[in-house]
Amino acid sequence: MVRISTSGPVWILALVLAASTPLHAADDPFKSAREGMVREIEGDVRRTSERIGKAALDPRVMEVLARVLRHEFVPESEKSHAYENRPLPIGYGQTISQPYIVALMTDLLKVGGESVVLEVGTGSGYQAAVLAEIVRSVYSIEIIEELAGTAAERLKRLGYKNVEVRTGDGYHGWKEHAPFDGIVVTAAASHIPPPLIEQLKPGGRMVIPVGGPFFVQQLLLVEKGQEGDIQTRQLLPVAFVPLTGGH
Amino acid sequence: MAVGLAVFLVSMALLGHEILLMRLLSITQWHHFASMIISLALLGLGASGTFSTLFQKWLIPRFHGVFCINAILFGLAIPLSFAAARLVPLNPLEILWDPRQWLYLVQVYLILFLPFFFAGNCLTLALARFPKAIHRIYFYDLLGAGFGALGIMVLLFVLPPWDCLAVLSAPGFAAAGLVRLDLKPRRSRAVGSLLMLCGAGFPLLWPQHGTFPGISPYKGLSSALLAPGARVVAQRFSPLGWLSVVESPSIPFRHAPGMGLQCHAEPPPQLGVFVDGDSMSPITRFDGRLEPLAFLDCLTSALPYRLLNAPRVLVLGAGGGMDVLMARAHGARSIDAVELDACMIDLVRDAFGEYAGHLYSDEKVGIHAAEARSFVSRSRETFDLIQVSLLDSFTASATGGHALSESYLYTVESMSEAYRILSPGGYLAVTRWLKVPPRDSLKLFATAVVALERSGISTPGERMALIRSWSTTTLLVKKGAISAEDGAQIRDFCNRRGFDIDFCPGVQPGETRSFNLLDEPYLSDGARALLGEQRDAFMERYKFAIEPATDDRPYFFHFFKWRTLPEILSSRGRGGLPLMEWAYPLLVMTLIQALVLSLILILAPLFFLERGGESGMGGGRVVLYFAALGLAFLFMEIAFIQKLILFLGHPITAASVVIAGFLVFAGLGSRASAALREALSRRRVMGQGGSILMATGGIALLAVLDITLLPWLFTRLATLGDAARIAVSMAVIAPLAFLMGMPFPLGLAMVGDSKPAHVPWASGINGCASVLATVLASILAVHLGLNAVILLAVALYGLAAMAFGRSREKFQGG
Repeated sequence: MVRISTSGPVWILALVLAASTPLHAADDPFKSAREGMVREIEGDVRRTSERIGKAALDPRVMEVLARVLRHEFVPESEKSHAYENRPLPIGYGQTISQPYIVALMTDLLKVGGESVVLEVGTGSGYQAAVLAEIVRSVYSIEIIEELAGTAAERLKRLGYKNVEVRTGDGYHGWKEHAPFDGIVVTAAASHIPPPLIEQLKPGGRMVIPVGGPFFVQQLLLVEKGQEGDIQTRQLLPVAFVPLTGGH
Repeated sequence: MAVGLAVFLVSMALLGHEILLMRLLSITQWHHFASMIISLALLGLGASGTFSTLFQKWLIPRFHGVFCINAILFGLAIPLSFAAARLVPLNPLEILWDPRQWLYLVQVYLILFLPFFFAGNCLTLALARFPKAIHRIYFYDLLGAGFGALGIMVLLFVLPPWDCLAVLSAPGFAAAGLVRLDLKPRRSRAVGSLLMLCGAGFPLLWPQHGTFPGISPYKGLSSALLAPGARVVAQRFSPLGWLSVVESPSIPFRHAPGMGLQCHAEPPPQLGVFVDGDSMSPITRFDGRLEPLAFLDCLTSALPYRLLNAPRVLVLGAGGGMDVLMARAHGARSIDAVELDACMIDLVRDAFGEYAGHLYSDEKVGIHAAEARSFVSRSRETFDLIQVSLLDSFTASATGGHALSESYLYTVESMSEAYRILSPGGYLAVTRWLKVPPRDSLKLFATAVVALERSGISTPGERMALIRSWSTTTLLVKKGAISAEDGAQIRDFCNRRGFDIDFCPGVQPGETRSFNLLDEPYLSDGARALLGEQRDAFMERYKFAIEPATDDRPYFFHFFKWRTLPEILSSRGRGGLPLMEWAYPLLVMTLIQALVLSLILILAPLFFLERGGESGMGGGRVVLYFAALGLAFLFMEIAFIQKLILFLGHPITAASVVIAGFLVFAGLGSRASAALREALSRRRVMGQGGSILMATGGIALLAVLDITLLPWLFTRLATLGDAARIAVSMAVIAPLAFLMGMPFPLGLAMVGDSKPAHVPWASGINGCASVLATVLASILAVHLGLNAVILLAVALYGLAAMAFGRSREKFQGG
């Protein structure tokens, strides 16, 4: 009885911790595959250093990629490929982005522990999970109801409490939680919605991949100056998910 | 006669099926993958030659039964093979990522190969069974193919492409029935009648879908339809493409390519018109108020309206009408809009006329269903602004999907003609998607520079400007020098919208503020290099092919350079595919696959064919003769289709007229070949081979005459009416095709005389060569030009004549 009473708080603490921290099974069978993927991304970054202007990404981003369970975000049939450095189909004509691109986009946002980020195009929820490990809050909007539902359930199951997923039109952003330190638009658009630019904090950054599925296009970085002035930069070509909803 | 008619029917359905398959695969997948798949499937024709050669001892004595079964299988395989192919989870977009896709690709090849194989068996066996009537069988074969080409074009106007499959089954059954009717026993005739009835009933029994379910989930239409409440509200079909109009109330389309980031305007509601399930062109809702159209002033293509006052505008490629609306919103005095697809016009003007604010019926707007280049060539009016629309989607553009589609709009000659019909002080404006590193924007600039030089302008740089948003570029060419005042207007326009000036007279690099940074100043450096003395060296050095396209090499969208391949492959794993221009490497890959398979199909029977017998053509000469003919015929036909597209002004008219014309006149040539051979033999003029030498000599003479005279003739007759131009085209094709129909049956008859067992083999060789020719002709045209393809065809006919000449000596000696 005494024993139980003394160890009780430890157990409770452990349970609370387990419930509040995202699930990263330390001994999951994919651990070495995930580490291999991270090494591959590091190699890719070194090889593309000239284009991206750096030889290594933010170590926090790489740590997060080594932690987030990508195999939880892909369909059962693709699980064995989950840690290959490539986009994978997730149904509904959508893909889960190439991990190298997820790493690069996260790094480009330059966000930290106090940041609030908006994501347009939740997809599988993988990018949101990676961001959630770094920032305070992630707000994610997905057009396709089924994808939004699955991603929200998945993120909840994996313990990501600081991600909120909503079904809807990403064009108008998420006014209630604006302004944002960073915005990721993972569904390419024919133009950049003005409301998203408005909802970006001065000094904030927006990253947009442009083009179709599995193919490489440009990665567009939009920077909002302290005075509200806008500048864009075309970065290396990337492969990403297609235009959804025809924006 | 019955067998001849059966051959006619099989051949008709076969060519119809080939064209239809291209349409269907362009809808389910993408055009360039469709070409590859069909080229490989067509090898079924070559395989049938091999199959018939190997088993002819068993097959030929049972000709009627075997023909009948193959014709039925052909009829069944047309719809069934396509339905089966759709079950294969092939996603060509994943092919470089996922090795399983290669397996799926082979499965699709094998499934789609079947109808071609069965039809090939019918045709080859008919030739082998009736060696004395080869010229007649070949006549029916070509005539059928000619009617097939015309028939499917008509059918595609009437029915959705997926409902045409079952219709094409009917001739297969009918052919089987005809062959049975040819037999004496009453039972055979009864079976024949029954089969014909089955043929007539099959299209009615085959389930019709009404909608098309098999489209790739990665195409724009599939994506758009996932939005809640999105639905297809109208569809139109024609051989040009399948148009589907999508309404998406909860997630509007809001198409505004490259809209300036300083703008806050939201596009009004739009309907998305998808062509073959991709390449969306919007119909924008217009209620007469101009305020909701403010977004149109935030596009790079709006620049010329800043420089002109109430211009007379010509829009080339009107699509859903966005550029027409832009002209209307900017107070154009008159707007002439050219759109190739009459179905698109029908949608905007009639079906959604009210939605579009009766834009195409506006008294200021004249809408023309025509091909843009042809319209420009024939125009006698002048315009203050010629606006070339950005109609292709970014994805299609970025992946090089159009690389090997000819475009006569973006050639040096075309830009010179557009410049000619500009009024003094007028502008030509061409907008393209920005790609990094740039391709089309620089190629366009180079094309404009050369066009201006050819128009007698010694300082083209004074008349050109190039601006850029974060995703589009617009090139301006002015008829007259761009003044300092124009320059100031351009600066102001760009500053207010967040656009960059890459080139403008009087503006130095780095002088204006940069809104959109590239990792290198590709465009401003490129533009200056293309205007300087180092132009050739710059184009040579550049990673992509940006040499100007010409009417002889009208492949504006071909940017691939072999030199860039190592870089592309090394960047594959990290998404370096933007550098990839898909269509050309795919074509080369198709050629390699087809070549390997053809060699197997051609060489395999050699081990089984009976050797010995010195008379007639040896194996090597048979290969040389029939391969050369297969290549030459298709080279000639493909090059002439291209040349006539420019003259006839409409790709469908050109394809129908030229393919049907070629095949029908070649059929007549085949029919006449026996008479020619007999006449020459009777007079003992040149023996057996005289007719072949005469035919090939005549072909060479006519082809060279055509190359020399056609540009002159077409320029002078460009303004004739449609019927007259078709008549002229026919007159050009007829004598050439007539002669081209002769060498094959003459050679085959000779093989039949000396070694009848070689007949199906020779026919198979010809089939394989024809497949290789379609692929090879595109590659050669890209690099050497269309005239060179015609000259190569002439050389191949010469080679065939030589192969024949030598074997003739052998024949006569033996």
